[in-house]
Amino acid sequence: MNTLQSQDSVYRTDVLIAQDIDAYLERHQHKSLLRFITCGSVDDGKSTLIGRLLYDSKMIFEDQLAALEADSKRVGTQGQEIDFALLVDGLAAEREQGITIDVAYRFFATEKRKFIVADTPGHEQYTRNMVTGASTADLAIILIDARKGVLTQTRRHSYLAHLIGIRNIVLAVNKMDLVDYDQAKYEAIVADYRGFAQSIGINDFTPMPISGFKGDNVTDPSANMPWYSGSTLMAHLETVELDTTVDQIKPFRLPVQWVNRPNLDFRGFSGLIASGVINAGDAIRVLPSGKTSTVTRIVTRDGDLPHAVAGQSITLCFADEIDCSRGDVITQVDAPTQVADQFESTLVWMSDEALIPGRPYWLKIGTRTVTATIHAPKYQINVNTLEHLAAKTLELNAIGVAVVTTDRPIPFESYVNQRALGGYILIDKFTNATVAAGMLHFSLRRAQNVHWQALDVTREFRSGLKHQKSAVLWLTGLSGSGKSTIANLVEKKLASLGRHTFLLDGDNIRHGLNKDLGFTQADRIENIRRIGEVAKLMTDAGLIVLTAFISPFHAERDLVRSMMPEGEFVEIFIDTPLEEAERRDVKGLYKKARNGELKNFTGIDSPYEAPESPEIHINTLDMTAEQAADLIVSNLLD
Amino acid sequence: MINTSSVNPDSLVTLTHLQRLEAESIHIMREVVSESEKPVMLYSVGKDSAVMLHLARKAFYPSPPPFPLLHVDTTWKFRAMYELRDQMASESGMELLVYQNPEAKERGINPFDHGSLHTDLWKTEGLKQALDHYKFDVAFGGARRDEEKSRAKERIFSFRSANHRWDAKNQRPELWNLYNAKKAKGESIRVFPISNWTELDIWQYIHLENIPIVPLYTAAMRPTVIRDGLLLMVDDERFPLLPGETPVQRSIRFRTLGCYPLTGAVESTADTLPAVIQEMLLTTTSERQGRAIDHDQTASMEKKKQEGYF
Repeated sequence: MNTLQSQDSVYRTDVLIAQDIDAYLERHQHKSLLRFITCGSVDDGKSTLIGRLLYDSKMIFEDQLAALEADSKRVGTQGQEIDFALLVDGLAAEREQGITIDVAYRFFATEKRKFIVADTPGHEQYTRNMVTGASTADLAIILIDARKGVLTQTRRHSYLAHLIGIRNIVLAVNKMDLVDYDQAKYEAIVADYRGFAQSIGINDFTPMPISGFKGDNVTDPSANMPWYSGSTLMAHLETVELDTTVDQIKPFRLPVQWVNRPNLDFRGFSGLIASGVINAGDAIRVLPSGKTSTVTRIVTRDGDLPHAVAGQSITLCFADEIDCSRGDVITQVDAPTQVADQFESTLVWMSDEALIPGRPYWLKIGTRTVTATIHAPKYQINVNTLEHLAAKTLELNAIGVAVVTTDRPIPFESYVNQRALGGYILIDKFTNATVAAGMLHFSLRRAQNVHWQALDVTREFRSGLKHQKSAVLWLTGLSGSGKSTIANLVEKKLASLGRHTFLLDGDNIRHGLNKDLGFTQADRIENIRRIGEVAKLMTDAGLIVLTAFISPFHAERDLVRSMMPEGEFVEIFIDTPLEEAERRDVKGLYKKARNGELKNFTGIDSPYEAPESPEIHINTLDMTAEQAADLIVSNLLD
Repeated sequence: MINTSSVNPDSLVTLTHLQRLEAESIHIMREVVSESEKPVMLYSVGKDSAVMLHLARKAFYPSPPPFPLLHVDTTWKFRAMYELRDQMASESGMELLVYQNPEAKERGINPFDHGSLHTDLWKTEGLKQALDHYKFDVAFGGARRDEEKSRAKERIFSFRSANHRWDAKNQRPELWNLYNAKKAKGESIRVFPISNWTELDIWQYIHLENIPIVPLYTAAMRPTVIRDGLLLMVDDERFPLLPGETPVQRSIRFRTLGCYPLTGAVESTADTLPAVIQEMLLTTTSERQGRAIDHDQTASMEKKKQEGYF
């Protein structure tokens, strides 16, 4: 390697530091920051390469070097030579195993830039760590051992880097010293990789032949490979375009982190600008409410700013006192984000405990945390072959595509447009572990482009006019359990007390709104969903809504519950044993079902999932319908 | 320090690395305040603490930072540190809590007679006791990933079990800038907002922002003795001189500040911040060498972390 040149560049820096520290500081102060990851298979030489970069940029001190020399002799794998890998293999456990087991971050700077390197592992079971390291990176270095060529792990890492949205990919064909710096070998590997890369959508990458161990083409051009005329690795890292500035030309988005209220005279909304530019005087819109206002001040402790850009942490004040709280997204008034509650998404599963479709998880996106359920995956992706495989769940390190439903509409963007509002994590509600990372593709509901109309007359105002609190009294139970009878009585009693009510009856709804639906499981769920939406509108209007539907499944009742504000959904279990309901058989339906004339009849050939903890439990064997109605009314008006 | 007033909003702005680091640290602090019940900022009065406090004041301005400062005191810090501590607490309008492990106090534990027991009882145990005593669920710490190998792998939100242990192999994946602050009762999280800063970043930021630091970081004539290869400053009358030892006036400064009997100084004439930075850039030994606790054995910091040292 070209030692002279290396010493020369170090020398110039030192001279500036020694002679004019203020000039040096001034220059260093204006350096930009590049974050990158290195990935490759075990033994491709990642740690050695990073050690080399640190060494060449003079980030290794004498005492570290002394310790390194001692360690190299004791546990090193390079004989009497310095084992650079020991510089970065941090944890004691790893030293013994000789592998890197977690994401480690390293720092170095050159004349032009400051760098943060995420050293990510090559072991298959640690894919989650690579995704973690890649999530904050502008660039990925994919390492290939020149003796081995493109391996399964190379494919996996390239796919993950591309999936996580890294645009700048460097293919570093390493250990060229061990293949006699052979150009033909290098070019064969690059051609092989290009074929694979194109198949997964990587159209552009920068290949280079290097030796991390010997230093060829790392900091200095290699004298051993005169046939290579491209940049050295360091020169490429110093000049490649950064992602962060690109975010500034996108529409303005600020996920609100914290509402700043030191006193009655100040109300500010703090956050890190995800994209775009904001100026004092700009009109903004708050999502999901859709309320609008104007920015009066951009506050920092260093004084108000006339404008601020993506990447800055600031505090905004508005001209109007509009509702805005943590989790909301402040957007440019004429370019709001979409708001939706059902999405197609890629998921990377990161937990030993596999995905349970339908189970509620916390979903954190931007500064908002909501409850979400993941449907059974559409498919899982074999990252080696890129085949789509059928899957019922996702296990540790699996990558798949599934539908995600949130319990309320959230402002979002597709991940490819905006990482900050399209990337999310899933958190297990019991263990609090981070179990998955996800990337939203698009929303599945047609409502995606309908922005919520912000209404001046609120639901609270409407129910206040009626001197009541809106609620849904949701009666569930077997056919013939007495739901309609009891619901009728409850409504009469409430009406006589001056309450404004509305009774949604199953049979009546099926004659109108839902006459297109049958009795398959899917139709039953859609039936309940529509009823839930209608009930929601009526509670928005300030009414007390009563419903009397069999609604046999937990999931559908919970769906409706999740649509309502906390406390407004009152689940009432009309508990009549099957024998008793069948004995009464008011409509003669049980008889028909027993005779096979009715299919999917609850209790006969379709299950009834009794509520586990209903707000009110009515045992109809113990009381009359009149007593049951009194109990419900007194519960409601307490 | 962020001043974009000269920038045309129609053109792109390349934020400097310090602007990006500052914005990231502020974002982390606001996340903690939004998602925890009772956060606290550990305040050791060193240069990293000085930057942390400065960032906290920016993050919540015009409000004062909505958490107290906690100094886990060993009673053996330099006098100049106690002075700056009290001054900064009153200036920032934050509550200052000082915790001294009552057991260590009662047993008279000191760095001269008790060796590593001193750090263990005053710092490690003291910190755990203080967090339990005040029932803090999140503690901000000023650790940086560039300081030491085991720290390079730590998350920004570092989860601790109910008995304060750190499990390196079972850390939560940390993606984008989405931090998982969920935890069960009794568990806690140590949060490191300046994880991605380097020593040079810290110095440069202190310089640019004019952040008050303990004067011991810049060189002056001070009474010293050399013992076990460390250049120690005789800060008060508790320093027991060995037979034949006489304090000698030397021009020294400190690269890192801890308990004065455990913290080695370097001989230096750098009496301004740029001069300190200059020396640091030209010097060839790593920062923590001045601290005695790392030298016991390889991976000693990792062991201490598992036991609950910060």
